[in-house]
Amino acid sequence: MAKVIVNDIEVDADPKDNCILAARKAGVEIPHYCWHESLSVVASCRMCLVEVGERKPDGTIVMGPKLVPGCQTPIREGTVIRTDTPKVKTTQAMTLELLLLNHPLDCSICDQAGECYLQDYTYKFGNAHSRLDEPKIQRMDKYHIGEQIALFTDRCVMCTRCVRFTREISGTAELQVVARGSHEEIDVFPEVPCDNKLAGNVVDLCPVGALCSKDFLYKKRVWWLKHSDSVCTGCSTGCSIQVDQNEDKVYRLRPRENPLAQGHFMCDEGRFGFKYIHDERRLKLPRISAAFSKAPSAKPPNGKPTGTADLDFSDPWSESMSMARSKIKEAIKNDAHGFVAVLSPFMTVEEAYLLAGYLKEIDKRIRLVLGPVPVDGVDDQYPKGPKGQPPAQDKVKFTIRAEKCPNRLGVEAILRHFEGQVRHLDDVILKADATAFYVVGGCSQGWVTESIDRGIGKPALLIVQDIFPSPLSDRADFVLPSASFAERDGTYVNYAGLAQAAHGAIRCPGDARADGRILMELSERKGLFNAMALRKEIGRTVPTLATLSVGELGDHGVKIATTAPEPIHS
Amino acid sequence: MSNEDFKPVLLARLGKPNSHKLENYKADGGYQALAKALAMKNTEVIDVVKTSGLRGRGGAGFPTGLKWTFLPKDVSGPIYLCINGDESEPGTFNNRVLIEQDPHQVLEGIVISSFATRTTTAYFYLRYEYGRCYRVLKDAIDEMYANNLLGKNILGSGYDLDVHLHRGACAYICGEETGLIESLEGKRAWPRIKPPFPAIEGAFRRPTVVNNVETMACIPHIINHGAEWFMSMGVPKDPNNPRDAGSYGPKLYCISGHVNKPGLVELPMGISARDLIDKHAGGVWKGRKAKAVVPGGISMGFMSEKELDTPLDFAGPGRVGCLGLGTAAVVVIDDHTSMVDVLYNACRFFAHESCGQCTPCREGTAWSTKILERIRDGRGKLSDIDLLLEISGSMGTIPGTTICGLADGAAWPIKNAIHKFRPEFEEYIKSGRRSESPALAGAH
Repeated sequence: MAKVIVNDIEVDADPKDNCILAARKAGVEIPHYCWHESLSVVASCRMCLVEVGERKPDGTIVMGPKLVPGCQTPIREGTVIRTDTPKVKTTQAMTLELLLLNHPLDCSICDQAGECYLQDYTYKFGNAHSRLDEPKIQRMDKYHIGEQIALFTDRCVMCTRCVRFTREISGTAELQVVARGSHEEIDVFPEVPCDNKLAGNVVDLCPVGALCSKDFLYKKRVWWLKHSDSVCTGCSTGCSIQVDQNEDKVYRLRPRENPLAQGHFMCDEGRFGFKYIHDERRLKLPRISAAFSKAPSAKPPNGKPTGTADLDFSDPWSESMSMARSKIKEAIKNDAHGFVAVLSPFMTVEEAYLLAGYLKEIDKRIRLVLGPVPVDGVDDQYPKGPKGQPPAQDKVKFTIRAEKCPNRLGVEAILRHFEGQVRHLDDVILKADATAFYVVGGCSQGWVTESIDRGIGKPALLIVQDIFPSPLSDRADFVLPSASFAERDGTYVNYAGLAQAAHGAIRCPGDARADGRILMELSERKGLFNAMALRKEIGRTVPTLATLSVGELGDHGVKIATTAPEPIHS
Repeated sequence: MSNEDFKPVLLARLGKPNSHKLENYKADGGYQALAKALAMKNTEVIDVVKTSGLRGRGGAGFPTGLKWTFLPKDVSGPIYLCINGDESEPGTFNNRVLIEQDPHQVLEGIVISSFATRTTTAYFYLRYEYGRCYRVLKDAIDEMYANNLLGKNILGSGYDLDVHLHRGACAYICGEETGLIESLEGKRAWPRIKPPFPAIEGAFRRPTVVNNVETMACIPHIINHGAEWFMSMGVPKDPNNPRDAGSYGPKLYCISGHVNKPGLVELPMGISARDLIDKHAGGVWKGRKAKAVVPGGISMGFMSEKELDTPLDFAGPGRVGCLGLGTAAVVVIDDHTSMVDVLYNACRFFAHESCGQCTPCREGTAWSTKILERIRDGRGKLSDIDLLLEISGSMGTIPGTTICGLADGAAWPIKNAIHKFRPEFEEYIKSGRRSESPALAGAH
């Protein structure tokens, strides 16, 4: 630790920090555009200029004669940083005036408005007026720059974060600076758009409204968005994300910095892959098959009420729940060993714990198995080499994992605790000795393959808890419509054993319910589903998940005691 | 030594028939310095150059020998020498003459300097526009390879050196040493942040020395005649200023602009601008008087008529508010010329050539050009003068707002022109007159 004095505030900073980070620790903001923690330092925007000096051992302070860029200047014991001198303030105002010189000031139609660093810094550090009396340079927008990204050239401040990202993180190097001086622009080579799998990150990196996501463009003003901290469920990397929603509609996902998980970024697969949660085909109503139903369904087959007389305000879940409970007990009574619960790697740790605990309490002999783990190719590592080859193992900066589910390790830990081992659905199918299935899905794509469909067949009891219809749900005795990742609270354990808490952002569509709520009701546990309380309970009862007993996992999550990772079962 | 009986050193072979040929250079005593240097230890060569007080001729005037000593002592792997032949400062043409007329003098200096710095690969970065220089140099390098002056085991000394000739792509910024290195590596010539300085991490992330062509041309003479001889020319150190390194040796002055006899003159350092114009350039043309003189390339600013007695050594122009001696390219502006037009021309150049990396230079150069264009169009405001000063005051490494020193060079003409010729600017704006000379092709 090194003592640093920022505007007379003394703080302990990491000797590896630059002035911006050290000042942040003192609560002082040094404005900056081009500097980003995970990119190389270019010190070109000149927004972070500060005065730096040194406190001598005798206590006297000697300031340097020139302004220095805070991003490029390392600190050491006794470094003195001043951001409040007239010299610094006039330079900040002048730099902002220069950056805005040819800026079109089109905030009213700019997607970035509200989270724009030109707006924020000008408000805090800039002048209210520009002294430019001449016409501004007009530039053509480049909507073609990528499949997912558009460039509003005239809003660009030439920080080159995007260029450095494609060179240093994705390694694909599509973006570049063309022309010179005040005419320079960000561009791509002709016919080579910026379409790599990490391209969406340049939109987040852009501190202004120059690079915009076409997916989000003009969809919502950012100040209407509410944010929830969550975890991407696209692959086992488990990127920390922020879900931005308004009125139960998710508009975008953005990566949340987490050095323990993925760093600063996320892939486009995860970023744009959330659309399924608003799919019309989602399961929205609990259903009991005609064979089990006490009375013929009061609803017409298309689910829509035909007149006021048909309006049904009764809870469709209460009958399903009580009926399912009694049928489960009946099935277990008839053949406990034949009762198989399929736990999906899309479940949270809490849900897996509730279901496993509930069924094992009825009879120890029931079997718990892990559902299919989706695997797609091999891990995709970045930065790519010039010919698209993966980087050396010690140079990997981002990995899109082949295992396309968020919580295999977490569910496996639960299975090991209750079952002593991790069994797979395929083993059960091979033995063909199951008579009843409780199947949990949750995958965005159809996970019921033909062999699973045939293997499960038509058992005496089939309960399906899923988000999309499948051949299984079509013939299930009970269909329990459940929640996508954005609709529920819970814990996911990523490939490296990092347990992160996800928080529900929106409500489930129709009458679907969060899995935790379904299982609380099914197991007749008292109270409402509360992920934090359950985590504490799991931490106490499951030794391998003992670290969850803190309850609050924080922004970065906690590591669980991992056993050696098993090869992915495919 | 007075200037009258000074015999040209660097330009001694100028005008001789086939002066660029190796055999003629050898006949005039060429490559004796190389043989002498190769017989010495490389540290001894550095010591001689250091003692001679030779300062870089490229513009900043950094002591050459001292620069060489910044290379790490025990380094494994290559060290590179880059020769800065990207001569693009307006008014400067001494490298061109040196290369076209006497390429072997420069190349001999390069081999000696490479030997001194333990370099085995030297890169000659030549500006693209110098086509003839390129052809002459290429032939000269081929001649050297054929005569064991380059390649393996040079002159039987066991020392190996390869020289690669690299043509730039017409950018002023490539004259900045780290911009040159980036360009050499095949990248966009955006100057690097320092530290690390090139001596620690330069071309291809290896220790690198960047030297000017004229500096290289001085080296063989220093080796031949010794440091004492070199120090007998020029202006000695100011004993009252411990930071002054003195201005020794001969210097090539490029004289252009409104004079009767523009050209390249070699003189010991320290001649005054007035003497240079009157005695060596035939005086100001058309019997007029000089209004302003650029001491060393437009980026160094302007000297007014009153300041013409300033000695043109490394310290002189700085004493009258100019940025420095620069490349010693003296451009004379007569009293019929409007300073508004002169400044506009300068600003337009820098707006065109700003590399665009740092915000203050990228936007400031273009903005000041726009303002001057408006003033020339008769739509100026008196407040524009202070705005120009503010813009120029906010760019450059001296306030610390840019990465490289070229922003200082872009700001200095504005500062000097307004400080020294403010009444003219005010009068021009008040009169509302429009400039007669046409606006130059746009850079903004």
